[in-house]
Formats: sequence, structure tokens, C-alpha cells
Amino acid sequence: MTEVSKGHAGEPHVHRGEGCGCLAADLAKAEEILAELSPVDSGDLIPLLQRLQDAYGYLPADVLAEVSERTGIPLSRMYGVITFYTQFSTTPRGRHTIRCCTGTACHVRGAKDVAEALLHEVDVEVGGTTADGRFTFENVACLGTCFLAPVVMVDDEYFGQLTPAKARAIVKNYS
Amino acid sequence: MSEQQITNVKELTACQEKFQEETNRFRARVMVCSTGCRALGSEALSKAFHDKLAAAGLEREIAVVETGCHGQCSRAPLVLIEPYDFLYGPVKAEDVDEIIQTTLVGGKPVDRLCEMVDGQPCPTRSEIPFFKSQSREVMKHCGSLDPKRLDQAIALGSYQAAAKALTTMTPEQVIAEVLEAGLKGRGGGGFPAGMKWQFCRNAPGTEKYLICNSDEGDPGAFMDRALLEGVPHQIVEGMIIAAYAIGASKGFVYVRAEYPIAVEHLNIALKAARAHGLLGKNIFGSGFDFDIECRMGAGAFVCGEETALIASLEGQRGTPRPRPPFPAQSGYNKKPTIINNVETLGNVPRIIAEGKERFASVGTTGGKGTKIFALAGKVRNTGLVEVPMGMTLREIVYNVGGGVLDDRPFKAAQMGGPSGGCVPAEFLDLAIDYDSVKSVGAIVGSGGLIVMDDNTCMVDMARFFMEFVQEESCGKCPPCRVGTRHLKDILERICAGHGKESDLDEMEKLGKEIIAGSQCGLGQTAPNPVLSTIRHFRGEFEAHIRDHKCPAKVCQGLYQFVIDADKCIGCGICAKNCPTAAISGEKRKAHAIDQQACVKCGVCNEKCPYAAISKV
Ligand SMILES: Cc1cc2nc3c(=O)[nH]c(=O)nc-3n(C[C@H](O)[C@H](O)[C@H](O)COP(=O)(O)O)c2cc1C
Ligand code: FES
Repeated sequence: MTEVSKGHAGEPHVHRGEGCGCLAADLAKAEEILAELSPVDSGDLIPLLQRLQDAYGYLPADVLAEVSERTGIPLSRMYGVITFYTQFSTTPRGRHTIRCCTGTACHVRGAKDVAEALLHEVDVEVGGTTADGRFTFENVACLGTCFLAPVVMVDDEYFGQLTPAKARAIVKNYS
Repeated sequence: MSEQQITNVKELTACQEKFQEETNRFRARVMVCSTGCRALGSEALSKAFHDKLAAAGLEREIAVVETGCHGQCSRAPLVLIEPYDFLYGPVKAEDVDEIIQTTLVGGKPVDRLCEMVDGQPCPTRSEIPFFKSQSREVMKHCGSLDPKRLDQAIALGSYQAAAKALTTMTPEQVIAEVLEAGLKGRGGGGFPAGMKWQFCRNAPGTEKYLICNSDEGDPGAFMDRALLEGVPHQIVEGMIIAAYAIGASKGFVYVRAEYPIAVEHLNIALKAARAHGLLGKNIFGSGFDFDIECRMGAGAFVCGEETALIASLEGQRGTPRPRPPFPAQSGYNKKPTIINNVETLGNVPRIIAEGKERFASVGTTGGKGTKIFALAGKVRNTGLVEVPMGMTLREIVYNVGGGVLDDRPFKAAQMGGPSGGCVPAEFLDLAIDYDSVKSVGAIVGSGGLIVMDDNTCMVDMARFFMEFVQEESCGKCPPCRVGTRHLKDILERICAGHGKESDLDEMEKLGKEIIAGSQCGLGQTAPNPVLSTIRHFRGEFEAHIRDHKCPAKVCQGLYQFVIDADKCIGCGICAKNCPTAAISGEKRKAHAIDQQACVKCGVCNEKCPYAAISKV
């Protein structure tokens, strides 16, 4: 990385090192991932995108452009994959992800009421992120925890046997 | 455990004996489920056991083992105490002192944590009806070992079957054994595993691949999750044997993104197996090389379909492609590839270890061996049950499952998820195998079995599945993409009370066209949940269409909340809680609901202390 690189707005910019918030600072994480996966070919695209999303919380456009440049994987190919899989997001996500199960077992045991209570509690729409950046809310079709239906996952934690009241109480613990 | 290399059968057996001795050092073992039960706080529970046993100076006599799933998940968090075979649940951290004193020191059961059978506490797992009628073969060790520890798996015999196959059998002999055992794929298709392996073995070329399908997309199925989380080494061992049979040197496990614990346990298992030479070059000195990589899915149901899964592994959009060529001829990177389900591979070690006769001695002509079902929905014992093929639905739901929740009437079981259908009460005595279930319009599928009672609306279920497949259709074939959308629209209309007489015929016609015109299994089976509900529950559709009534009172708009004037004492709680101010009445006089203003949220019904409000 050169000291002078493009800022987010595209203007020439002098890099101020870590915490600068420019693309050069941003790219450090991507570089690390690329180095670890090297040599990267298009077959590794999904694990590569997963790692990038883990590192950045989402898939920023300028990072993708730079990664495409370095790996030779066309940007169009990347976006084709990104838009196909529900896991990938090109807009910033909340600090926590609520995954509300709408699978069959949860459906027959009242998942709808739990989902509505949560949407109301954190004030968000399905697929959206709260205004304060606290939560992204997703519906998923089964978390494999059907025996505890209805189930919700917050980040990597499972919560089962929920009622609307219990679900509301759980999300209060996340900031 | 030292990272000692296990390079031949003798060393494996020596390790097994050593590890068994280490396990036997403990006089008792506390087996806390640390996978499925985590959702109800089992991590804190095992910590409490660790801390309190240490405080009591018992940590050298009594081991705490963080295990996989015990199966009877409705009693989560579950704790099994060995050697007593006492199964406790639900257990809270507050119960730990009593368990230590009464059971681990005193040798007696804690009655209040036991399953009640005929009004009596039944501590012993093998005597609990839920377990009595099962044949836990594939799940035998699930719950008996710490899945993060290779030594415990080896102590229980893991990798012996792989050693036997690699050092005493030819690949052809392995294939013949699996073929003659009659093992059919457990992922939904039910295709004979041995036959598929044979195709791949015979395919030209030396670069071949094995893929373990752990995408488990069928909502309501969780056996693959439990196996990967609970007995990852058994799956790795099954993969080694399968790879040896087909001649693959590289394998993948494709796990769905919603299963973080499965990914974690699998990666730990792979690392340990590699460190001990059980994966890698020249396994057991046989000259056979094999390694496995874990890949995570990225959220697409269709990627469970084998050709879509391969596309996804290749870093592409997960759209299926036409077969032939089958993956066994041209799969990953256009090389011969075998894709097997987790449970299929989980059966392989025992076929090799115990022989095809033992495996085939259980089951029916339509299916050999056992099948794991994920019991969920309105059933008392939700959880994983492994039963011989050929058991009746009644036995599964009533004997194993303990009957319908709250003793309500059994209405139907949904089997096979979005590709399957509903099996109504009249077929409760059907012996379940691949052929029989198909004959009544559903499929065994991956083994999801969701019990429904009279409070479940079958039209709503059909709508639910159409919403699911419509969203998950990859969009490549118009009959699937557009057709399922059309079906969903019709069903939504019916659920809203705007159905037409012609709708049923139209849906049946459309369903047949979608089946005929779609390329992959998703579209070819997508209409099944609709067709099967129309077949078995036509009257319920007609009630929605003709009478604008939802008999199960699920479809909003087709029922009303009413207040029974005789029961209402006019406390006003309902009116206070109603979000739309639809309830009014004088104090101490019967209240009434304004049906125009009511949004059917049901809050009044929940809050009424006198059960004066009902749905009609
Ligand atoms: C839409 C669709 C989804 C599927 N999902 C899965 C799945 O989640 N897990 C699975 O093992 N098989 C799934 N299958 C079946 C696979 O295509 C394939 O037949 C199976 O993995 C083969 O393994 P088996 O022979 O051991 O059953 C799916 C098929 C279709 C059409
Ligand atoms: S249906 Fe909700 S966890 Fe499976």
C-alpha cells in the first residue's frame, strides 16, 4: 500500500496511519485475508467473501473492487455470487444479528407472534437494520433447534421455547 | 492427549485400550449435553458441575463430559449420569448440589428431575418409553462422548472400521458390503449408496471427490446437525471409508451457515484426526491418502441439491444444472464426485464393523436399517428418535413421542418438508419406509416429522410451504419461479377468505405443470405440500372458500374473537390491553368487541382471567 491512496470520496488523500478511516486503513484486513488464502482462485470466492464479511461486518464496495483487482476475479462474478446468497450484505449491518426462525416447527408453535414482538421491540423491518445500528433482523427457515420451537438466534447464540415476552427480554441484553 | 501418530491398526488398538483405561479411571461420569441444550443454558450447567465437584474434592473420581445430543430434547437441558444410566431434565444450575449429594455420592436418583411414567419417576434412561422403542445405532455414541475429544471417540471404537476397510478390504469389497447391506441415501432421494459409489469407482480418471452434504435445508430436520455436533469423528470415519471405496483423495463437508457449533466441532475433529495421521497421507499404512475441508454454506436452500451444492463449492451462484451427467461422472471441477448425506455416511462405519447382515436384519424391503426422525411440532417428546424402518407412525408419535401435546387430537404429520406432504390420521398405522410414505403423497425425505393437531390449519400450512419454496427457488426455470409464486398467491387469497371455487382445480393443474416443467428436485417437488393437503384435507379448503371459515381458526380474517356475556364479569382488563380500543363496556357489565375495529391480535384472549373470550 502506498502512503497516498484514494479516500472514500475518491479525492487524493494523505494517509494518516491506523485509525485514519481511509481505504488504505480499511484494506489492511482484506490484505491479511488474501495473504492467508493465497493463492486465491475463483473457487475460493465464497469462503473469501465470508471472511471479508466477518472482518468488515459487510462487504464494502471499495474493498470488493480492490480484491477483484488483486485476485483477477471479475467484479461482476463477485456481485453475481453476493446477490445470490442471503448471507451476504453490501450495506453495513447491525452490531448484532437477530435470526428469527420461521421454519415449519416454529411456525406451528407460534413463531409469528415472536417475530412480531421482536420487530416491534427493536423497531425494524425484516431484512433491515435498526437506525441505531444495534440489530440487523433476518428471518431464517430453520435453525435446527426445532425441538425448542419457537427459536431465535442472536449472533451465534440460540434461544429456545420463546414467548413474545421472553424474546423481548433477551434482546434487551444486547447493546 | 499427546499428538501421537496412529500409523497402523495395532497402534489404533493400543490407543483404544489406553484411552478406555483413562475413561475407566472415573467412578462416575456426568454427561451434560453441550450442543442442542446450549439454547437453554447448558454451558452454565456444566460449569456448575465442574466447580462444585472440584469444591467437593470429587473431580478425580467423577468426570464432567460435555457431550452431544441425548435425543429427548423436550426435557432440555439434559444430564445423563453414568454408570447409573440416570437421565435428568430439565436440569438447572440450582439442581447440581442435590445431584452430587443424592446421586453421585448417595447412588440414588433425584426423583423430581426424572421422567414421570404412569405417575412414577423413571430415572433409568433405557426404561423410559421414549428410548425403549428406539434402536439407537447411528446415534449410539451421541451423548456418550465429548465430541471435541478424539481420545474418547477412539475409546468407543471410532476408526476401527476405517482401519479394517483400508487394511483388509479392497475398495470393491467395501462397495459390495455397503450395496448388499441395502443402505439407501438418507438425504431425501433414497438412492442406494453402494450403487452410486460403484458408478464413481468405475468412472474414468484418478482425480475424484467426496462431498458430505450437511446443508440440511428441510425446516424441521435437525439430525445432521446433531450428528456433526455430537459424533463428528463417526462422520469423518464414514467419509474415509467412502473415499477409499470410490478412490477420492479430497473431501468436503458442506455445512449450512446456521450451524456454528457443527462447524466448530467438525473443524476440531478434522484437526485432531490430521494431527494423529488419521487424515492425510498413507492412512493406516495402506498407501491411501485423504483429507477433508469444511466449507460453510451462505444461505440458500437450493444448495442442498447436489448439482447446486457443487456450483456453490466452485464459488458460483448455487443454481442446479441438468443431470445427466450425474456428479458420479462429472461433478466438482468436472471430476467424478460422490455426494452423500451426513446420516448416510454416519451409517457406513457400522456396516463395515458389524457386517451387512446385521445392518440388513433391521427394516423392511422398502428400506433397511434405522432412520433418524426429527420429532417436532405439537408432540410431547420433541427430539431425535432413531427407529427401525417399518415402524408405524402411531408408534413413533404415541409410544416414542408420548402423544400429541395437551392430549389434543392428532391431525397430520408433515413429512419430507417442502418436498413432502402431510400424512393424515387415517394412515397412523402405516409402516414407515421410503415406498409406503410415497404411496400416500408424502416422502420420508431427510426425516423431518412435524406433528400437527386440530389447531393447525392445513391451508395455512400449504401457504407456508409455498412461501418457502417461492423464496428459495433459484429462478432459473420459469415453471418453478413463476408457478410457485402463482400457487402462493392463490393460497394467500384463500386464507384471506377470497378463494374461488375454481381455485382447487387450478392449483392441481398448475402443480402438475410445475412438476413436469422444472429441472431440479426443488421445482419437481415444490407443489407436493399443496397437492397432498388438497388430497387429504379438501374439506378444509372448501370451508375457507365456500363458508369463509377457517376450522382451525388460524387464518386471520376467517374467525372472530367474541366475549361470552355469561362468563365476563366486566373487569375491563381486555379493554385496557386492546391496542385498537375495539373493546367497550360498562364496569362490572359484560363487554363486547367491535368486529370492525378488531385486528385479531389475540391480546384480549391471552389477558382475560376468566376465559370469557374465544375464537369462533
Ligand atoms: C431442493 C433440494 C434440497 C436438498 N437438500 C438436501 C439437504 O439439505 N441435505 C441432503 O443431504 N440432501 C439434500 N438434497 C438431496 C441431494 O440432492 C442429494 O440427493 C443427497 O445429498 C445425496 O445423498 P444421499 O444419497 O446420501 O442421500 C436436496 C435435494 C433437493 C432437490
Ligand atoms: S423450524 Fe425453527 S428451528 Fe427448525
